Order: sequence, then structure tokens, then C-alpha cells
Amino acid sequence: MDKELIRVEDLEIRYETDDGIVYALNGVSLHVEEGETLGLVGETGAGKTTLAKGILRLIPSPPGKVVGGKVMYDGKDLLQLSDTEMHKIRGNAISMVFQDPMTSLNPVMTVGDQIAEVISVHNPGLSKEEVRERVIAILAKVGISSDRIDEFPHQFSGGMKQRVIIAIALACNPKLLLADEPTTALDVTIQAQVLDMIQNLKKELGTAMILISHDLGVVAQTCDRVAIIYAGRIVETGNLHDIYHNPQHPYTLGLLESIPSLTKNVKRLNPIKGLMPDPTDLPPGCPFAPRCNHATAKCSEAVPELREIEPGHFSRCIRTFSEGERK
Amino acid sequence: MWKYILKRLLMMIPVLLGVTFLVFFIMNMTPGDPAAIILGDQATPEAIAQLREELGLNDPLLLRYVRYIVDMLHGDFGESYKNGISVASQVLDKFPNTAILAICGIFVALAIGIPVGIISARKQYSALDNVSMVLSLIGVSMPVFWLGLLLSLLFALKLGWFPSQGMGSGFLPLLRSLVLPAITLGTGSAATVARMTRSSMLEVIRQDYISTARSKGLSEKVITKRHMFRNALIPIVTAVGLQFGHLLGGAMLTETVFSWPGLGRLMIDSLNSKDIPMVLGSVLFMTIMFSFVNLFIDIVYAFIDPRIKSLYKKSGFKKKKAKGVAA
Repeated sequence: MDKELIRVEDLEIRYETDDGIVYALNGVSLHVEEGETLGLVGETGAGKTTLAKGILRLIPSPPGKVVGGKVMYDGKDLLQLSDTEMHKIRGNAISMVFQDPMTSLNPVMTVGDQIAEVISVHNPGLSKEEVRERVIAILAKVGISSDRIDEFPHQFSGGMKQRVIIAIALACNPKLLLADEPTTALDVTIQAQVLDMIQNLKKELGTAMILISHDLGVVAQTCDRVAIIYAGRIVETGNLHDIYHNPQHPYTLGLLESIPSLTKNVKRLNPIKGLMPDPTDLPPGCPFAPRCNHATAKCSEAVPELREIEPGHFSRCIRTFSEGERK
Repeated sequence: MWKYILKRLLMMIPVLLGVTFLVFFIMNMTPGDPAAIILGDQATPEAIAQLREELGLNDPLLLRYVRYIVDMLHGDFGESYKNGISVASQVLDKFPNTAILAICGIFVALAIGIPVGIISARKQYSALDNVSMVLSLIGVSMPVFWLGLLLSLLFALKLGWFPSQGMGSGFLPLLRSLVLPAITLGTGSAATVARMTRSSMLEVIRQDYISTARSKGLSEKVITKRHMFRNALIPIVTAVGLQFGHLLGGAMLTETVFSWPGLGRLMIDSLNSKDIPMVLGSVLFMTIMFSFVNLFIDIVYAFIDPRIKSLYKKSGFKKKKAKGVAA
């Protein structure tokens, strides 16, 4: 469990658009250990998807541009690999599940062919029959009966499509699964089913996962560690207990407070006031300072460094919060 | 599916009636007396009057139209005013010549248009893209006869590589005589096909399932061929089909420039001599060809896109009737 699988160091990604440069990722560092699940939490536009696509080098360029950093996997920097070497990693060692199952499958190919494609490209020695057997096996794992193998995506419901996409992602037993909000587009009941299924398959195959979500509930249920991302930077990271019971960054605090509680009698939700700063025009200091209740003059001078609060628990805030101070 | 085809065939009947009606009336509205044209300059007024009586030109227009339709339903398309040969036999006689030219023309269009369109889309805004789009704009707007004249001047008169006029008999002479008219016809169509391919590919390139395909580790070549092109095909097939339909009806300008003995020239000649049955016959034939090509394209759609196929399966007669009753 303790072997490091992937390490992202100071990853910086920008989108150069006509309206200016979008600073999507501004030096993100994180690591995932073998078999571990890391939850990546942040609001829309924080850079979650850019990070996942950046790891797999799927950022469309132009306008996207990786400005700096490293993605170390298996002793190699993925950002330095040739295209052919990268093709061997994608879908094989590292695969990705996308947000919207409705648009993520090719509408003119049968689901069987779409799964078979990833198996045969990474196992060129297999015969057609062997590939088909594997497709049937993986379909069974995601709970789809084999007689639907020759159907087209439009004959599947949203939840079933997401199962197919997960089957594609797991078909080659990847070491790491990047799940980009895999349940956001689904009904709540289907969400639970799909999450359970991902969890079980992950355990069965020993796959590590980065689960991208804006739902702290989902993350609490599935993850070992959590990283909170804000305006293209990790602002707090630690294990589940650290984040939920001893949150240190005011942004994490705000996120936790904005969850409706079933036990306390609260009349109104408590959202974080304001909006995330414009990523084309980030403030020089802590990007959260304009929305922060605890901000001081020092906060807008420079971006704070990540500080280790307790072993393995880091926060990008100049303050340390004790139990009583959090309100 | 068969029901759908039958329905489409039945829908051709009103189209054909409408077209014959329009052409019939327009031809009769234009100045000039067919009887006088047939008999020539030296004809006496008595002879003209007698011929008018024989041809039934003195009867009311509507009666003549009905007579024409009734004859047509008996398979009789009338005889040419000019030489008395049956219209049907003349049209069928010229059609193979036009068909050969059309097939070669569309082949040129596909061979140039599709690769250029795909490359332009893959390298959007590159120098290559800009150059080929400017060229295709020129190709679309250039008058065909002018290109034909230029080609014929250079390759036939100056260099003497290919004949400038007529259709060769025997395989090799035929091939040689085809080169210039086919290029002339194909260039305009190639430009249309290239522009359509490019825009349709660009629409597909941004789709989520292309990201999925990339995340599987497929090479760009496979992604372009299997995932992008197949999804981009429908508008391309539509454009190619329309072009082909036009070409099958006889390319009047090209056939005139190269003295190609096809339908287009037959029609021009008959128009000049006000040979009404001949004009009607060839227009009718063109309409039928055009409708059939369109029907064929609609059937091809079902093989490209499984969603359209399942739509066709649903659209039988029963549904339509039920709708009519409800209305």
C-alpha cells in the first residue's frame, strides 16, 4: 500500500485564448500510492479536469499549454515521453472516466467494439475471439449482460452508458484510474450503484484512483485521502480524518459548512460568499483572501506556501485553526 | 426499412407530376412556334397551321398536359419534334455517356476533396489549411466552362496530351477523352466536398467521445479514421450525393465545352430548337435520377448511423395513419 504510484510536481497549465491567458493550474503537486483513492475536490473551474487531462496529456493544444512541472510515473516523466510511448500508457496503465456518459461514447460504434478496441490496441497478440471473450467478461463485471454487446450507445440508459465507460477504462487492468466526476450526470440512485461498483472493482483489481468530485459526501464515502483544489492550486491535503475533523484552510471550512446537515436544525444553508477569482486575472496574494472571513493584510501580499500542520496534513494558509476558532 | 423505401418511392410521384407540370407550362409560355421551327424558314402559313393541328398544339394547354401524362403512364414519352425519334430511346441512348462522365467526375471530387478536407480539419488554421481553403473557395466560385476552356487550351491544344472534343471509342481512347471533362467536373465538386468535409470533421473533433478515444491509447490515425470520419460522414455523403445527382442529370456546360454526347447537350440542343417533348423527357429523366440518388443517400445514412436506422424502422405506414386520424 505504501509504494508511490504517481507523483505530480508543480504542474502548470495555461490556456491561451483570445480573451487572455487562463491560468488553469498554477503549480499543483500531489501523489497517489498504489491501490489508494485520492479525492480531488473543488468547485467548477478550479482546475480539476485540467489536472486529470494534464496527467494523461489530453489537454487540447492549442489553446492548452503545459508550462512546467513533472508527472512522474514508473520512474519516467510522462510529460517527456514520445507520443507512441504515451499511447501505451493511456488506457493501459492509466485510464480515465469522463463526466458525461451521454456524449463520451462513439454513437456509431457498438459498445462491444468500443471496449474491444482498447483491449486489442494494448494486447496486439490476442485473436478476435479472445478479445470478445474479454469484452464479455468485463461487461459482466460492470453488470451488463453479454447479449447487449452488439448494441449501440443510444440503446443504453445514462447509468448503463457510464458502466460501459467504466468497462472501457478498466478493461486493461490499469494501475491508476482518473475518474472525472463519474456520477455527476447520473440520478442519485444510480450514483450510489455506480460508486459501489467502482469501489468493488477497484478493490478487486487493486487499482489506485483519483476521484474528482465537488461532492464532499461522495468523497467521504470512497476516498482514503483528500486534496482540496482552489484556483489551480492545492489548498489543503490530508487523510479523510484530517480534512473532515480538523480542516485547516478556510476554504475547506467553507465547503464543509455549506453541506446541509440532517442532524442540526438549520434554517438556511451557509454558502461561501463571493465567486472564485477570474483565472485570467488572479490576485497576487492568496486567491481565497477576497472571500475569506479570516483574511488579513498579509494574505494579499503573496501566495502562502503549503505548511505541514500534522504529519501528512498540509494547508496553504498562514493561520492554524484550533477547534474553537473555526466559526 | 422496406416500408420506408416504399414510402419514399410513392412520394416521388407528386414530385414528378409537379416537375412535368412546371416544365410543360414554361415551355409553352416561351415565345416561338414549334411548328414554325420544325418546318423552317420557307414554310407557308398553311403548312404551319396544318402541322399545329397534327401536333395538337391548338388544343387547350391543360388538355395537352393531361394527354401527355396519360401517354407517359403508358410508357410513351412522345417523339422528338426535330427528328421524329422516340424521346425515351434518345434519352436512354445518351445516358450511359453522361453516367461515365459523372462517375469519373465524382471520383475526382472524392479523391481530392476528402483528403484535403480531413487534413485541413486536423491542422486547423495552419498554413496548409488556409491555402487549401482559399483554393477550394476559388474552386467553388470558378465557372466550370471557363476551367474547361483553360484545361482544353493547355492540355489539348498546346500540349496535345488529351483530345479537346468528343468521346473516344475503345477503352484507351475513351479514357483519354474522359480526363479533361472529368477534371473539369470534379474540381468544382471537390471544392464543395473539401469544405463540407472540413467543417463536418471540425464539429466532430471537439466531441467528448474523441477524448475517450484518445484516453484509450489509440493512435491519431485510428482516431481520425474510426472515430472522427465515420461520425463526420453524414453531411459529407449528403454533399457528395447532391453533386452526383447534378452530374447524372448531365453537366450541360462541361458537355458543351467538350462536345460530350451526353444528356446535358441533348437538353441544350432541344431547348434551342424548342423541342418540347424532348425537353420534357430529359427533365423528367433528370428528376427521376436525382430522386433516386437522394433516396439512395437516405438509405446509406442508415448504414452509417445506427440511430437513423432505428428511426427508419419506426417510421412505417401505421404511425402516419394513426397521426392522420388523431389530427
